[in-house]
Amino acid sequence: MSEAQIKSLEKQFDDRIARDEKIEPKDWMPEKYRKTHIRQMSQHAHSEIVGMLPEGNWITRAPSLRRKVALLAKVQDEAGHGLYLYSATETLGISREEMYEQLHTGKAKYSSIFNYPTVTWADMGAIGWLVDGAAIINQVPLCNTSYGPYARAMIRVCKEESFHQRQGFEIMLKLANGTPEQKEMAQDALNRWWWPSLMMLGPTDDVSTHTEQSMKWKLKRKSNDDLRQQFIDQTVPQAELLGLTIPDKDLKWNESRQSYDFGEIDWDEFWQVVKGHGPMNKVRMKARVDAWEKGAWVRDAAMAHAEKKRNKKQKQAV
Amino acid sequence: MKKNWPLWEVFVRSKNGLEHRHCGSLHAADEDMALENARDVYTRRSEGVSIWVVESAHIKASNPENNGELFEPAQDKVYRHPTFYDLPDEVKHM
Repeated sequence: MSEAQIKSLEKQFDDRIARDEKIEPKDWMPEKYRKTHIRQMSQHAHSEIVGMLPEGNWITRAPSLRRKVALLAKVQDEAGHGLYLYSATETLGISREEMYEQLHTGKAKYSSIFNYPTVTWADMGAIGWLVDGAAIINQVPLCNTSYGPYARAMIRVCKEESFHQRQGFEIMLKLANGTPEQKEMAQDALNRWWWPSLMMLGPTDDVSTHTEQSMKWKLKRKSNDDLRQQFIDQTVPQAELLGLTIPDKDLKWNESRQSYDFGEIDWDEFWQVVKGHGPMNKVRMKARVDAWEKGAWVRDAAMAHAEKKRNKKQKQAV
Repeated sequence: MKKNWPLWEVFVRSKNGLEHRHCGSLHAADEDMALENARDVYTRRSEGVSIWVVESAHIKASNPENNGELFEPAQDKVYRHPTFYDLPDEVKHM
């Protein structure tokens, strides 16, 4: 194809998206669109899968059966969300094995928030309330994104996600209204998860590299800073309701902006964790790679069994 | 190098009276495992009463490049629609 032909196809493609038409797997698409989607969607899938690890840590030690069934269901949902997203990404021509390979070798990233440890039961509350809260803010606009399989997967994910945040808030509420020790535990979890949750909404707009193109493709509908402000504005009243204090001395209602002003985020910490130097990066990846490698014989056995069954059926037919 | 599990497409009937609808795909060693996995991945909240799984490799899909010859001829055949026919207003029930 000549360069002029490609330019004309790209123009038609951008016009389709501007008209709110969806792009489906077999449609022509610019190579950059395909690559950007593979990167974002696979990282999204990886985040769901790695996201099971910090919470899986507490399933056996949940304080009651009610909490245990809820946490199990939430972790199972995350496995499901990872699978919806992996299969949606495969429609762009990358195999599941390639994506796993990219995750396991560190070529593909996942959300940095999962590189923090879950040291007390209150962390299950803070994760549901704050981490899932921030994730919902990131994800809801994606239900309208331009790539059909991604949008459909996100609709399923968002429908299921709201229970995650509510179960987290309920845990926080119970602890905040419990004994002084329980309340302290809830406050400690908020102290540790607040800033990493704000970082989840991504680098500030002035340094974010993908924003403009992603806006055009509807991979993004609002900028990182707008999303972060939205998250803060909706979360501060919830913290007040819990009777907990957000660990930011500069947090203050701004009457003229009708929004909260907030303190400086430690972006050095963010980039350190992204680059692999967070407290749990190595532990998370080891758990993931171990699970994959130790499961290899099961996958092979299942395949051998399936082949044996097929051969038997064929013989009977003859 | 062992073989990877093939890809399956999953169709779910949400309730009797409605058609099965495509809801996504998954990997499984064979059709029985595909059905079991589909149940866990796509019907955790009573989304279905029946599931079909089909190995993706068995689906032949039309190519969007051929959409012109496949679908455009229908556009100038307006006589296939009831509104093409001029009838007086007095005609009822038609």
